Amino acid sequence: MKDFDETPRIERRVAMEWIISAAASVPFLSQTVIGATSDSAAPVSGNEYGPDPDMVKVYKPGDLWPLTFSAGQRELVIVLCDIIIPADEQSPSASSQGVHDFVDEWISSPYSAQTSDRNLILKGLSRLNEEAVQKGSLNFISLSAAEQLEICKGLSLKPKEFPGNFFLKMRDLVAGGYYTTPVGMRDLGYRGNTPMLEWNGPPKEVLDLLGLEPE
Amino acid sequence: MTFASCIDDLCPREPQFWMPVISPKEVQSDYDVVIVGSGAGGGQMAYTLTMNGAKVLVMEAGRIFDPARETAMLHTPNMAPLRAMPTPDKQYGFYDSSVESGWEIPGEPYTNASKEDKRQFFWWRQRMLGGRTNHWGRVSLRNGPYDFKTKSRQGIGFDWPISYDDLHPYYDKVEMLVGIFGSNEGVENVPHSSPGVLLPPPKMRAGELLTKKHAKTLGINVVPVHRAILTKQQDADRLPAILHPGNAKAQKILAENMRSRAKCFFATDCHRGCSIGAAYDSATVHLRPALHTGNLDILPNAMVREVTLNKEGRAKGVSYVDKVDGADHHVSAKVVVLAASSQESVRILLNSKSNLFPDGLANSSGKVGKYITDSVSSSFSAQIPALENLPPHNEDGTVGQQAYVPWWLCKDHTAGRLDFSGGYKFIVGSGRRMPKMSSVRGFDRLAGREGTGFGPDLKEDARRFYGSTVGFSAQGAMAANDDCFSELDPEVKDKWGIPVLRFHWKWADDELKQIAHQQKSMASIFETMGARISREPETKNPLKVIKDGGKIIHEVGGAIMGADSKNSVTDQWSRTWDVPNLVLADGAPFPNTSDKNPTLTIMALAWRSADHVLDELKKGNV
Repeated sequence: MKDFDETPRIERRVAMEWIISAAASVPFLSQTVIGATSDSAAPVSGNEYGPDPDMVKVYKPGDLWPLTFSAGQRELVIVLCDIIIPADEQSPSASSQGVHDFVDEWISSPYSAQTSDRNLILKGLSRLNEEAVQKGSLNFISLSAAEQLEICKGLSLKPKEFPGNFFLKMRDLVAGGYYTTPVGMRDLGYRGNTPMLEWNGPPKEVLDLLGLEPE
Repeated sequence: MTFASCIDDLCPREPQFWMPVISPKEVQSDYDVVIVGSGAGGGQMAYTLTMNGAKVLVMEAGRIFDPARETAMLHTPNMAPLRAMPTPDKQYGFYDSSVESGWEIPGEPYTNASKEDKRQFFWWRQRMLGGRTNHWGRVSLRNGPYDFKTKSRQGIGFDWPISYDDLHPYYDKVEMLVGIFGSNEGVENVPHSSPGVLLPPPKMRAGELLTKKHAKTLGINVVPVHRAILTKQQDADRLPAILHPGNAKAQKILAENMRSRAKCFFATDCHRGCSIGAAYDSATVHLRPALHTGNLDILPNAMVREVTLNKEGRAKGVSYVDKVDGADHHVSAKVVVLAASSQESVRILLNSKSNLFPDGLANSSGKVGKYITDSVSSSFSAQIPALENLPPHNEDGTVGQQAYVPWWLCKDHTAGRLDFSGGYKFIVGSGRRMPKMSSVRGFDRLAGREGTGFGPDLKEDARRFYGSTVGFSAQGAMAANDDCFSELDPEVKDKWGIPVLRFHWKWADDELKQIAHQQKSMASIFETMGARISREPETKNPLKVIKDGGKIIHEVGGAIMGADSKNSVTDQWSRTWDVPNLVLADGAPFPNTSDKNPTLTIMALAWRSADHVLDELKKGNV
């Protein structure tokens, strides 16, 4: 999977080795779940950007406050990103646009509005791995694509209660994160943000479809 | 120095070099006028006064801000933290052209007298050069003749001591100076601009045209809104001579400034600020030419405590805190103008206590702080199946409002057929706008999905429903009443030790009935459009949907003008009855708000008032 974030991280191979060796030391069906933190998330450590930030500067996840995900959590969120927004013939997947790192930026935010999302997301990631372990797998990402999809389908049907509300929140973050990238905007059909000499109203094709006369 | 060389000499991201500003050490002792506040009112005052030779100091509580360099016009949300979503630091989102500003500002509290949910007033403060004109949506509508005479026409609120005819020439002048697009539509109580004043309105978007077509069947007309955006470059050969007859220097400076402003390039939201000068803001349009007269000094970071008086009871100047080092200073002038935003000006007056004015300056009537009015507002949105799956096309236009419904029931008001007093307009919002975090919310419901949509379903829903919603935002007139006012909080002070305002707010039955009517009429248009509404129009309990006091940021009043010094604070020139060299130039002198946005009227009143100040200076009366 392509990683758009340039901040140094543990490589996937190293991370997988760590996960496998750690797994060997943990009793089967233990409460300790690989690649996830406990339900009570550690408090965030970063600072707010303040009331007078540089608006022109381009920011990346991790620039303003430290990110949270462990290598395992990040792998898991990459998988979820692409279950929620998979690639198709028209546009690429959410993870190809670095949306997983946006989710990390979001839940690592020092602002109180995101704190409840942080707890819900981290708790939900743990739960996914627990469910995978109960199915006899190492963790969620080790399940087959069909098994992963089945779990998500189940979660999607109960959006009001945990862990269904976790899936809803993750969906909102991933969809919102994706459709606010240039690639996602284009996929929606947004064609603006392009300086033009003149604005001539909607094209004739659109007016015809709506039965409207041009002004 | 020409503008071009002025700009070439600048260092990037060093805004203090863009506009020469002064520090307290450089404050002069011989100003004709000191103006507190640099927004629409203060900017217009400074412009008119300096163009006609008066020596002026503009004081701004915030920092200097350079729209040309500091605004992120074409950035996409993924370039900002948290996808540019609002945070307590940037309360309208990361790219909103507001710094050090907000509903809540650390160290600068205000209070509400009531604890009740629906009796809160919310106060937006914009602490930066140009004030709220940086963030403003640029909707620029004239008050109509009826709006100045609500008492004689409908028996509510107060009549203004001026009529529409007094302000008409100033509306024309402001529109020519600022650059306003729009059209004259012949709607009752919606005045026409003089020929050659307005710039052409942009073409309507698909959703706006569709709304127009269907609303017409109900006798409701959708017309182009008026906004302070250049849809073509201003005529720098023609307008300066009209605006400054016989004043060659002013004509030259204005022509140069007009030529430095580009026309709109039909992309990016005006709320982000406009680096090319196509959208009006006070710094670009008012303060820049004012500076080039050589008659203006700008003092940023100056938090005014009070207006000081001389022995004769005339305004001597203002005392202020330099926010950079916390030191107290004083500046003197022949005339003091308060243009700090209606309620900040009220606060300064109430804090200016003396033996002569123990209850606050210019408050012999006891009316300072009284009669705050704000737009009576509710909104309604719906999804329009006809707009689904349209071929992708650019609908930015002049991003934001382009079409509106002016109040269409004046005749029913005249005939007494309505059970509420205030008319309202509504803005039509539609289009394939730049997506944000919330843009795909609600698509599960529209698609009839069970639970949370994801995967190929989600992508399909997003493509289908994006851009297919239309929203109406109604804003109506509010009559002045005794329940909505501000006063000093007896205990709470800000971080400089300046007592803060305490607000009283209560929606009247009249306003709630107006909201019910707004909801019904907006829903009726949606019905003709075959729209899918997300809820029923809220007619039973309008308190549920009315926007809280202050939330539309149209609050005016608190030092109303009138014909009688016993029940008003200023005369028709916005000059306080009690102190003849003290003038207000923001929304504070409005006896009431109308269904039109207040900013254009603030500017027209400020120009008229500045002409009067110039007259008085010339006559040696001040």
